[in-house]
Amino acid sequence: MKLSRLVSREIAHRKGSFVLSFLGVALAVGCVVAMVCLLSAHQRHASQLLEGMRETTKADMVKLEDDVRKSMKGLGFNIYIFPKDQEMAEVYAEGFASETMPEEYVTTLANSKIVTVNHLLPSLTRKLKWKEQNDRTVIAIGIRGEVPIAHRDPKKPLIDRVEPGKLVLGYELAKGAGLKEGDPTAFLGRDFVVSKTHDERGTKDDITIWMNLSEAQELLKEEGRINAIQALECNCATIDRLGEIRAELMNILPETQIIETQSTALARAEARNLAKATAQKRLADTARELASLGKERERFAGVLLPLAILAAMIWIGLLALLNVRERIGEIGILRAVGVKSSRIFAAFLARAGLAGVLGALAGLAGFALLYPLLRDRLFQAQELSSLLELKSWLIPLIAAPVLAAASAWLPALLAAQKDPAYVLRHD
Amino acid sequence: MTEETILEAEGLKKTFHTSGGDVRAVDDISFSLSGGDFVAMHGPSGCGKSTLLLMAGGLLSPDEGTLTIADADPYSLSAGARAAFRGKHVGFVFQQFHLIPYLDVLDNVLVNQLAAGEEDLRTEAESLLEKFQIDHRKHHVPSRLSVGEQQRVALARALVRKPGLILADEPTGNLDTENSAIILDHLSEFAKAGGAVLMVTHDDRARAAANRALELSEGKLVLLKH
Repeated sequence: MKLSRLVSREIAHRKGSFVLSFLGVALAVGCVVAMVCLLSAHQRHASQLLEGMRETTKADMVKLEDDVRKSMKGLGFNIYIFPKDQEMAEVYAEGFASETMPEEYVTTLANSKIVTVNHLLPSLTRKLKWKEQNDRTVIAIGIRGEVPIAHRDPKKPLIDRVEPGKLVLGYELAKGAGLKEGDPTAFLGRDFVVSKTHDERGTKDDITIWMNLSEAQELLKEEGRINAIQALECNCATIDRLGEIRAELMNILPETQIIETQSTALARAEARNLAKATAQKRLADTARELASLGKERERFAGVLLPLAILAAMIWIGLLALLNVRERIGEIGILRAVGVKSSRIFAAFLARAGLAGVLGALAGLAGFALLYPLLRDRLFQAQELSSLLELKSWLIPLIAAPVLAAASAWLPALLAAQKDPAYVLRHD
Repeated sequence: MTEETILEAEGLKKTFHTSGGDVRAVDDISFSLSGGDFVAMHGPSGCGKSTLLLMAGGLLSPDEGTLTIADADPYSLSAGARAAFRGKHVGFVFQQFHLIPYLDVLDNVLVNQLAAGEEDLRTEAESLLEKFQIDHRKHHVPSRLSVGEQQRVALARALVRKPGLILADEPTGNLDTENSAIILDHLSEFAKAGGAVLMVTHDDRARAAANRALELSEGKLVLLKH
């Protein structure tokens, strides 16, 4: 006869005691696995919720960015870089600078590590009489299109370049001259084609002609010269935006001066920043709340799980103790016939370990069977397979018998150390 | 019949320390058992008979004195080695049988296998059950047996490893005349085959079946009758 037969026969004989041990383990395992799943479901749900919010916020911000970009494009550039010697009173009176500076300044700026401004647009502006159109007063602006900043990703330009031989006309000029897109015309003694006419803006843009910068420089005899670089400030600037921009630009182009205009554009940008900050705060608040809820649940689990395990261990220990008391006579006779105490110890531990294995299997199976009924109410409608990895199933199968055996350790030791003489004398 | 000494006790003493004071259970007892001895030990209740029996079986170490079984002192061995020694050299029979309730008859005899290791006891166990005329009940649990059958199972369990010494504590105490006679016959046969039996008993028939008698009183051996 083997020890396993002794154990299995005894379990079959005292089914009630064994079933109680087994149920204790099953309940504890079920409780532990359910708690792990609850925490996991919460974490997954929180992650999904936050991810959804992030996506929504991201989409909202992209839309807002685009709206602001369009608004700012409509409002135009808000940073102007003029030659250092330019009298600013004249700029404010006339709307443009009479002094010029080298065109390569814009290249220098574009190749620098500048971070405070975007969208660099060099221009040469003059107020002229359009002789070919009854000496109308016009503002001629030569532009070459935006100069990309070398260290940044290309951006969609706020203003398109004007091709050589083309003119873009403001509303009043087009209307007054009766010109429309595709019409030929002459300006400064040269033939051009109207490539575009603007709608009414109610500003001096309505009497402005935009033309290719090189052509403007040639016709105005200002080759290689410009009188302004327009730019759009970044939103990344701090409260003292202008101070920062000036400091950076003056470092790169010391022979210039800088002004900021278009406060409405800035207000838009600030509104966007505020909206972004609000969205991010809302996201952070939600994340914090979810994390706090998660921590609360973890704290609850941190108390409940050890309690469940401890209760199961005490339960198994007590049942093992009762089992030892019930089997005193048997222990005495086994010792009398020469069975070593280590084998008696092993028999009691094996019994508890078996209750642990079977209890863990039953606990896991029971939980898996009940899960569909509880999934929506308790587990955020998550799939069980997404909450428990394979190792989470295996751990109870290993831990339960170990802990059950540990619970029965003292009673088993007590059984193994029973003095057979005492047992047999007092029977 | 052999005259080989199987058990030798010299100056055995045992005192139990209880809350009511010290109780000298065994007081300077010496005796020996040889092959062929069937010894009945009697005396009033509490005179130390069971204590002496357990000491003789290597289950209760004496405070003083020496004991040898098959020329070895079991109390000089470690607990594990003593258990193995006991399993090999001594068989026990008790008044209460001490059968394991959830094992059938055959397994109750084969419970010795847990101590015997590789030694295969099944053939001997079945042979003993046949000899004791309980082989037809070998797959029955003890609760389905008569008391006489239960004691025969207990005797088979004691004999299955062919020990040299049987220690029996009131083996007929719960049996009727017929079953008592059967058990005493088997014990006598064991002694005649060269074993030694030390039997605690109050039963006159059992004493009559023995070939020697020891009488104890207040822990002392007062009569040693051949």
